[in-house]
Amino acid sequence: MDMMTSLQGLIGGVLIGLSAVWLMAALGRIAGISGILSGLLWERPDGDSAWRLTFLLGLISGPLLLMLTGGGLGNVADSPGEVIGAPVGGVGTMLVAGLLVGLGTGLGSGCTSGHGVCGMARLSLRSLVATLIFVAMAMATVYVMQHIVEGAQ
Amino acid sequence: MKTLMGYLAGLLFGLGLAIGGMTDPARVIGFLDIAGDWDPTLIFVFGGAVVTTFIGYRLVWKRGTPWLGSRFALPTRRDLDARLLGGAALFGIGWGLSGYCPGPAVASIADLSVPLTAMLVAMAGGWWLARRV
Repeated sequence: MDMMTSLQGLIGGVLIGLSAVWLMAALGRIAGISGILSGLLWERPDGDSAWRLTFLLGLISGPLLLMLTGGGLGNVADSPGEVIGAPVGGVGTMLVAGLLVGLGTGLGSGCTSGHGVCGMARLSLRSLVATLIFVAMAMATVYVMQHIVEGAQ
Repeated sequence: MKTLMGYLAGLLFGLGLAIGGMTDPARVIGFLDIAGDWDPTLIFVFGGAVVTTFIGYRLVWKRGTPWLGSRFALPTRRDLDARLLGGAALFGIGWGLSGYCPGPAVASIADLSVPLTAMLVAMAGGWWLARRV
């Protein structure tokens, strides 16, 4: 196991945790990306739009800041120094994946951040179950795609 | 002031995702590929985030109210219903296909490509659809 990569993963995780704690301390809100963004896009204005929009800008400017500083801290497996990796699938795969991710997190009230990080930290049973299901389904999907579909070609 | 707080939270989140390697879908798929050349990095990201949030939340909640609000807005539901279970399953399939959950997909906009644009547009469409079923 690569120590440096593990350490960078841990530092990244602590920063994500600090972001969640900051949002709770300042605004009293859960840092769930799917909820923040779907609310920004599809909810009637309720006085929450401004901070959701600036959260989105912050989210985009985080990786951008690393890129502008040379990407030395970026942790991309196959291309050292690059902060943002390329998508692994074509347009068709990404359309299907995007629809499933949007529909799934919308119906399930959360994604890896809302359920996986904030919900687990709150010791929520709903979040624990949701997290176990989406990790298991993602692993099963990758297994099928990498070892059955790819192998058959 | 709320807008500044929102920006700082987003910035920390985006930095964390990028430093943890989560803006590389190949790395995320490497974690999900338990039958392949398994990459444990996501465990460290996840563990660091949950432990930090677990401790931080408890310190924050002791104050009683947020700095810029009257109350902490916390989910209250406890039931395991079909929307939660089915939604989580659908999300898992989409995550496995692309290596993107919503955070990293949006945080990668600075290096926008045609496939990523397709993902983001379809994701927004999925959120719209979920509010209508």
